[in-house]
Amino acid sequence: MQLGIWLESIIIFQFGHSPATFPVFSPHSPYARSISELSSGVLWGMLGIFMIVTALVTYCIHKFRASPDQSTPQPTYGNTRLEVGYTISFFLILAAIMVFAVRSMSASDPAGSQPDTLVVVAHQWWWEVRYPGTGIVTANEIHVPVGVPQRVRVLSADVIHDFWVPELGRKMDIIPGSENHVWFSADAPGTYLGSCAEYCGVEHAWMRIRVVAQTPAEFAQWQAQQEAVPGSPASGETALGAQYFQQLSCANCHTIRGTAAKASIAPDLTHLASRETLAAGRIMNTPENLSNWLNDPAIIKPGCKMPNLHLTAQQRGALVDYLETLR
Amino acid sequence: MSEVLVTPQSVQELEQFEKTAGMLSWLSSCDHKQIGVLYLLTALGFFIVGGCEALLMRLQLAFANNHLLGPEAYDQLFTLHGTTMIFLVVMPTLLGLSVYLLPLMIGARDMAFPRLNALSYWLLLFGGVFLYTSIFFGNAPDMGWFSYAPLSEKPYSSLPGVDFWALGLLAIGIGTVTTGINLIVTAFAMRAPGLSMKRLPLFAWMTMVNSFLMVFALPVLNAALVMLLIDRNLHARFFTSDAGGSPILWQHFFWSFGHPEVYIMVLPAFGIISEVIPVFSRKPIFGYGFVAASTVAIALLSFAVWAHHMFAVGLGHSFDMFFAFGSMLIAIPTGIKIFNWIFTMWKGAIRFTTSMKFAVAFLIEFTIGGLSGVVFATVPMDWQLTDSYVVVAHIHYVLFGGTMFAVFAGIYYWWPKMTGRLLSERLGTWHFWLTVIGFNAAFFVQHMLGIAGMPRRVWTYPALPHWQSLNMISTVGAFVLGISTLFLFWNFMWSRKHGICAGENPWEAWTLEWATSSPPPVYNFAQIPPIHGPRPLWDLKHPGQRDRDLNK
Repeated sequence: MQLGIWLESIIIFQFGHSPATFPVFSPHSPYARSISELSSGVLWGMLGIFMIVTALVTYCIHKFRASPDQSTPQPTYGNTRLEVGYTISFFLILAAIMVFAVRSMSASDPAGSQPDTLVVVAHQWWWEVRYPGTGIVTANEIHVPVGVPQRVRVLSADVIHDFWVPELGRKMDIIPGSENHVWFSADAPGTYLGSCAEYCGVEHAWMRIRVVAQTPAEFAQWQAQQEAVPGSPASGETALGAQYFQQLSCANCHTIRGTAAKASIAPDLTHLASRETLAAGRIMNTPENLSNWLNDPAIIKPGCKMPNLHLTAQQRGALVDYLETLR
Repeated sequence: MSEVLVTPQSVQELEQFEKTAGMLSWLSSCDHKQIGVLYLLTALGFFIVGGCEALLMRLQLAFANNHLLGPEAYDQLFTLHGTTMIFLVVMPTLLGLSVYLLPLMIGARDMAFPRLNALSYWLLLFGGVFLYTSIFFGNAPDMGWFSYAPLSEKPYSSLPGVDFWALGLLAIGIGTVTTGINLIVTAFAMRAPGLSMKRLPLFAWMTMVNSFLMVFALPVLNAALVMLLIDRNLHARFFTSDAGGSPILWQHFFWSFGHPEVYIMVLPAFGIISEVIPVFSRKPIFGYGFVAASTVAIALLSFAVWAHHMFAVGLGHSFDMFFAFGSMLIAIPTGIKIFNWIFTMWKGAIRFTTSMKFAVAFLIEFTIGGLSGVVFATVPMDWQLTDSYVVVAHIHYVLFGGTMFAVFAGIYYWWPKMTGRLLSERLGTWHFWLTVIGFNAAFFVQHMLGIAGMPRRVWTYPALPHWQSLNMISTVGAFVLGISTLFLFWNFMWSRKHGICAGENPWEAWTLEWATSSPPPVYNFAQIPPIHGPRPLWDLKHPGQRDRDLNK
């Protein structure tokens, strides 16, 4: 497809890896695989029915076109046997689909009573990710060890959201005031993309999820790193940045463990520099992007709740230096 | 069966009515034909507005990370587009055709309650205009056409757009209920002598069944809208999770209206197809009884399927299975109709007028929409695909590929009756092919975008593999579709000036609306032909081959 190649060559911003083109049909977990297999079967069936309808219509168009001198065709008022016949066939086809659907329901959405391995809290417009039993709190990026089933408790801090990582499992609405659970796992190491799938206000578009599946060793390393409390910088620009963070109202919304900043309105920044993206998948996490983000968040993510703090270039530089130390 | 003439007055007396008509009569008229035309013109106006909104959205989505429109503007556009197309285009079009045609098809002089009919129309126009005045009072509604709580509640939508939306829809909703009552009474009480329920033209049948849906479904919406307004303005807590309310309650209310609503928007379209295909195939409908009865089955089942919009809410497997089963069942009567229409064409002598072309294309496009409906009834597939672009594709295949294709078929079919002149077949063919190409280009690729993981209602998107190229194809298709509509408008204007005079019955059709002049006089009929079957004009022309003699 020439047009596609041309268009993709002028892509403004590209993720640093190549995700699946049709994630619904590239499952990477038993849950998603069950749905994908069901979907293939149903789609072939639907295609078959579509072909029958199309063939009949096409045949009628060609065969029964009126010729100029044609007399009125013989009226047919119906054929009860034929009509009852296709009514029963429809019923049987649908009953078969229903049986396969019910089987896939328990495979893709098992009951299970394992304790929650993750708690995901959806906010307008970012994800808070907590690891029960550890102190780890991160945002927009979920690290999991390969092959381990994750039972996720999903909660909302405000409106209805929906957790959807199509390669790894079903989507699940997140309703304020009630709690839902969803299962996923990842067969192979890699990054799996997802997003909020229920319209949740202005920046619904930039409420994206990254699931990073790691080998057990890598995951253990990540976990240890995330559990550690970053040391406070001794001097220089980074120390100044740490000071600004507490003074210039950053601390009113964000947490950095080991400091006085303990607010939970906005993402936990304890290990900000270890994340791949900023602003829920909007931009890659580079010092330059971080500086632009601090300069005016609304230019990068219009409507987002982070205010423009009107920082001077010097303040921004110091803050970026400090935040980049939070690995 | 007495061969009776319905003429309490002489034709000279009836002509008196005609003389009072003038431009002002469009404001004061209680004539069902004028009101029907007003509905259609209103729908046409809003169709242009809603179409431009769609084109702006498609421009915004043509490229990844596009900043042509901001998210605030985009969110208002998609909310207005959905609300406009459903409540101000599709419904008034179908109501307009219903109030115009039902009395004519049953040989009546007018609706049962002509003044109520006028009230319903003016409520609709008022509601629509009121909705759009929100633009001048801060912002248009921006919470999506199904307005999920708590996003629609004061803490998350503090501007008055939601209130305008709720009040506007309330006016439209009340108008629709009264039209429903009016159509039911008309169909039951005003039929010409001899026109039993088993002889009712299928469009009239489906309009009548549809009216029951309106009378039962719309009040649920109206009540929910009032509750939302109370929440927002009197600080109640019906739909918030604190103090005992529930956001899911709104979803139940909205969809228990919303799914019958889908059938409200499609049953009259089925009616149009059931008139057009027989006439242009020169055969009576295949299986009248099955087609009529399947309509009743759809109407009943449509109240037991609403929660298939809520499979992702997490209400439990047994709950999901119940509604999945209902949704599967409703595919059966729909499938029956498709096959009955095909077998109506079988061994016919098909005349491919523009009207028939749209009707045949409807069969294909609507089948795609119907089959993707079965996909969404398959619960685990819904868990993957709901709220993705597959839903956007599905709703457009049903409402555009289904309802609008049928409406175009109906417009080309009944325009000569309404105006006295034929539309141009040449312009019609252009309109048809551009519509088919544009529509499929715009919406077929959206299935692929959905399985590529694109959620609906996003104002922009990252440049993931093929997202940009598929979106660009969709945008180009949308503009082709936009251009196709210009051919329809051109055809309207051409026909008013140059159209060939239609005469009473240009298509050699068989139902009663074709037994009077085009356009019909205010009083519709000076006299009604005798009615011995569902095709009175066929019986009149072929006295030896009446349907009731042939179909034993």
